[in-house]
Amino acid sequence: MTLVEEPAATQAPEKEIGKARRRKEDARLITGKTTWTDNMVLPGMLHLAVVRSPVAHGKITSVDVTAAQQAPGVIAVFTGRDFAEEQGSLPSAWAVTPDMVNPGHPSIAVDEVNHVGEAVAVIAARTKVAAQDAVELVDVDYDLLPVVLDMEEAVKDQANLCHDHVDSNTCYHFVFDAGEVGTGADTDQAFADADVVVSRRFVQQRLAPAFMEPRSVVVQPQGDNFTLWSSTQIPHILRVMLAMVTGVPEHKLRVIAPDVGGGFGGKLQVIPEEVISLLVARRLGKPVKWTETRSESLMTAHHGRDQIQFVDVAADREGNVKGLRVRLLADMGAYLRLITAGIPALGAFMYPGIYKFPAYRLEIDGVFTNKVPTDAYRGAGRPEATFAVERIMDELAVELGMDPLELRRKNWIQAAEFPFTSVAGLSYDSGDYEMATQQALELIGYDELREEQRRRRESNDPVQLGIGFSTFTEMCGLAPSRVLGSLSFGAGGWEQASIRMLPTGKVEVVTGSTPHGQGHETVWSQLVADSLGVPFDDVEVLHGDTAISSRGLDTYGSRSLVVGGSAVVKAAEKVVAKARTIAAHLLEASEDDLDFSGGTFSVRGTPGTGIGIQEIALGVWAAHNYPEGIEPSIDAEAAFDPENFSFPHGTHICAMEVDTETGLVKIRKYACVDDVGTIVNPLIVEGQVHGGLAQGISQALYEEAVYDADGNLTTGTFVDYLLPSAADLPHFDTGNTVHAAPGNPIGAKGVGEAGCIASTPAVVNAALDAVRHLGVSDILMPLTPERVWRAIHQGGDGGDRATAGTNAYGGASTETTSGVATDASSLGGDR
Amino acid sequence: MIPAAFAYARPTTIDEALQAVASGGEDVKIMAGGQSLIPVMRLRLAAPETVVDLIKVAELRGVREEEDAIVIGAMTTHSDVLSDPLIARYAPLIAEATETVADRQVRHRGTFGGALAHADPAGDLPAVALALDAEFVIAGLAGRRTVPAAEFFVDYLTTALEEGELLVEIRVPKLHGTWGMHYEKFNRVAQAWSIVAVAALVRREGARIAEVRVGLTNMGPTPLRAAGVEAALVDVEATPEAVAAAAAHAAEGTTPSSDLNAQADYREHLAIVLTRRAVTVAAGL
Ligand SMILES: Cc1cc2nc3c(=O)[nH]c(=O)nc-3n(C[C@H](O)[C@H](O)[C@H](O)COP(=O)(O)OP(=O)(O)OC[C@H]3O[C@@H](n4cnc5c(N)ncnc54)[C@H](O)[C@@H]3O)c2cc1C
Repeated sequence: MTLVEEPAATQAPEKEIGKARRRKEDARLITGKTTWTDNMVLPGMLHLAVVRSPVAHGKITSVDVTAAQQAPGVIAVFTGRDFAEEQGSLPSAWAVTPDMVNPGHPSIAVDEVNHVGEAVAVIAARTKVAAQDAVELVDVDYDLLPVVLDMEEAVKDQANLCHDHVDSNTCYHFVFDAGEVGTGADTDQAFADADVVVSRRFVQQRLAPAFMEPRSVVVQPQGDNFTLWSSTQIPHILRVMLAMVTGVPEHKLRVIAPDVGGGFGGKLQVIPEEVISLLVARRLGKPVKWTETRSESLMTAHHGRDQIQFVDVAADREGNVKGLRVRLLADMGAYLRLITAGIPALGAFMYPGIYKFPAYRLEIDGVFTNKVPTDAYRGAGRPEATFAVERIMDELAVELGMDPLELRRKNWIQAAEFPFTSVAGLSYDSGDYEMATQQALELIGYDELREEQRRRRESNDPVQLGIGFSTFTEMCGLAPSRVLGSLSFGAGGWEQASIRMLPTGKVEVVTGSTPHGQGHETVWSQLVADSLGVPFDDVEVLHGDTAISSRGLDTYGSRSLVVGGSAVVKAAEKVVAKARTIAAHLLEASEDDLDFSGGTFSVRGTPGTGIGIQEIALGVWAAHNYPEGIEPSIDAEAAFDPENFSFPHGTHICAMEVDTETGLVKIRKYACVDDVGTIVNPLIVEGQVHGGLAQGISQALYEEAVYDADGNLTTGTFVDYLLPSAADLPHFDTGNTVHAAPGNPIGAKGVGEAGCIASTPAVVNAALDAVRHLGVSDILMPLTPERVWRAIHQGGDGGDRATAGTNAYGGASTETTSGVATDASSLGGDR
Repeated sequence: MIPAAFAYARPTTIDEALQAVASGGEDVKIMAGGQSLIPVMRLRLAAPETVVDLIKVAELRGVREEEDAIVIGAMTTHSDVLSDPLIARYAPLIAEATETVADRQVRHRGTFGGALAHADPAGDLPAVALALDAEFVIAGLAGRRTVPAAEFFVDYLTTALEEGELLVEIRVPKLHGTWGMHYEKFNRVAQAWSIVAVAALVRREGARIAEVRVGLTNMGPTPLRAAGVEAALVDVEATPEAVAAAAAHAAEGTTPSSDLNAQADYREHLAIVLTRRAVTVAAGL
């Protein structure tokens, strides 16, 4: 602080970028005093309830809806047959290979069902209760078919088929070979020449996105126009897709995502119920609403992850890595939804992580099974890749007898080497892995922890301590449109923004990047406040309505700030440029002689002159006095298409206590230092890291969507699909290094997925480090106490869990989600 | 989900409640805190014709002292239990176990009697009641009867309550001598049910353990007493070794289920470890 008093006039207004602003949207979101889709009530609105298949695979032999149709309050009942001509197929936007097999995905099953929970009929009734009551009255007969659940079985010759009209259960076979592409050496040769090869099989279990707000859809028909509200991440993409699927012309369809309570990729989807709601509203000419229950959500919203990873690493004795080879089995589930097929491919380029592998080859088999489709879930492909490489580096370190951090150091890209072209052909933008690692080591108090670990080992303490690392990077800021095109993705990756200068000087920012809880309204306001020099509170951010924000590609893949925020900054630059012309006119000066600072244009060298941009907004609205030959507006619009991805990175360190008597694991300390580029709002960045850590830790320790042998989901409620609360998570010590991203005007890299991607392998590595000396080299996720205990005392990876749901609530979780139990399904039907 | 339609009665006295149950039709459900009943109804695993809500029956709520027992009204909520001085004084084990039940919201609604009448094998309070040798006072139109804990829990979700009967109160005998108590719960996240849990009471006489009682949660369709452990700890020297040796009997005679959280053999192992820990703490070792 300076003691010299400065004249107020020359004091630059405080920068908004970098300020830990509390989120302006939180009061309404947290109190619920806002428009969640399910809050909407329209005159004459009907309520929908969906009749769902209790069997995982079968031909529909008859659907009898008579009783349901006659039930009190029921207006109509529709089956798949009723919509067969108009429902089309739900879109699959990513043909990963030219010959990828897409079996087609009706929104309501017509002839066959392929997973438990698939829609077979829909009830429209005057009340939600009437609709729900009538569900039980629909009588559907199925001829059961063999159920395909296990990917390793499904890809064998003579395997039972998930879809009998296609030849095999393989959806596609994708290969990336750095040697063939020319970004690396020959992989087979690298392995043939290597001193050491370590091979492992890792399993990424199935996860349910478990967003807080259940999905909900409202459709209002008006003449031949339709307005559809949905709790979606992607109103813009949804509008295009619904138009293509249902034939409702795009310009006759308005899609609105009002406030949306989380998604984590789970709402990056065109869901059957959106199509069904639109079709029913069109057929009946009445507004309709569908809102799912939590059990419906767990059972029918797309799942995430579910891969089996075969990972081989080659190295010399000194620990220099020579090659990486990955083969994936990726569970598609029963159908291809929006980017089901592409999720594993999104990770394809990240397996080499931060390391200088000279050779790399990856193969993916997408496999159909009779389960709900998989698709995007926080990180989408990249957590899987990060897990594989960060786990195998630990295994290699063990094999070589090296310190896991030393091995990493030896192989990671040095700060001076940026920009660095990875063996997968990606150009990593900026960073310093050593710096982040040093900070993280200090944060966690590494040396003391290692010392404690040594003591516990020596004394044979029943509670052992382990330390696990994950030094990760990821590709963010999805995405350069040309790159997406080269990957045969069905859309671009640009983002749109416009800025409207209102007569009173207030500012409306329209963004195409639709938030679902991230805090766009706050951060976009900070960006615009700095760019235009207007007060933070003078900015309002509009989003989520295709009639207001006509162009956009929405929110996922840590793209919002990087791509959407950049579009906002670009639009603001245009506003300033247009205002400059008018300012020059009003100040009777040349544009070149104007300075713009703190929201005011002034003539250089002429103190006291000046006109504010907010005044100009009023002036140009009145339009009494503006230069000839230009439009009377300083509003502007911009689209931003990044040229490259951005590459956040970080070092995450987990210290884990393992109770060897019970197998219970408990995180003792967790520290991470992330480089997410320029930080616009530190509070939001920290919030994103915390939330991401919770989810990544949760994959490692708690969550798993479990199917029994008949394909019933036994984790059908939150009693059995276990989520942690704050009480179950440790304190997080977080820090940042800042290397601005060169690829966008903000310098941001993206933070939405970092915590989720990085933490899972750090946690598993920590648990293994605690019990490695007891002969344990792998434990399946989630690390249930039982699995940890078995791995310690019986060897192996902890093995499969029993599939029966727990008996809390009288075994409710199993019964609700299943209609069929056979001897094989260990449902505990005797309960 | 939405429950199927049902009739609803809200009596204000025990007699009215019994009448409402008697006249409620074929399938009547009594509702205490609703924390187990409503979820089951929402999932349509139960679709009672009538629900008789006890929330307004004031005489069922609260704890009182008698000469040789404390008496806990069936409608005493979990959060009432946590702040009750009589429970803190005479049966702190109940409070200790109740503190591990669910979350604050559930504890404000859920009741001691409801949890016992529900008799979920994963529920924490049945094993505690069993270890405390509690007695269950049951009212019917024909009058009242008292059932000891050992006879109250009959099978999975099944108790000695007959159709038309109401659990009125639970008598917890005052203990004589120097007792230590501990509830050792094993679960994966804070608000989850027990995978296995152990309720231990230990009476010390100087350097010796005079007697112990051990109740097991979720080691079979009903709560169980670990008879083998109890037999091994009658008048023995209070040493960690003695406790560990006795705890090795914890899984004898149990029939735990296999589910997502644990297969039976692992539950048996947990019972042994947790029993050792619970008794060690209760014994002040
Ligand atoms: C999220 C969640 C987590 C939970 N976690 C735990 C846990 O960790 N540990 C645990 O022990 N419990 C747990 N519970 C259950 C909780 O303890 C419940 O409160 C308890 O099991 C039931 O009590 P209630 O008063 O709500 O009974 P209700 O749900 O109202 O009734 C339960 C059953 O008992 C019958 N009943 C109730 N009162 C009487 C009576 N006076 N006479 C005759 N019959 C009667 C009812 O008819 C019904 O069948 C959890 C519940 C929830 C919702």
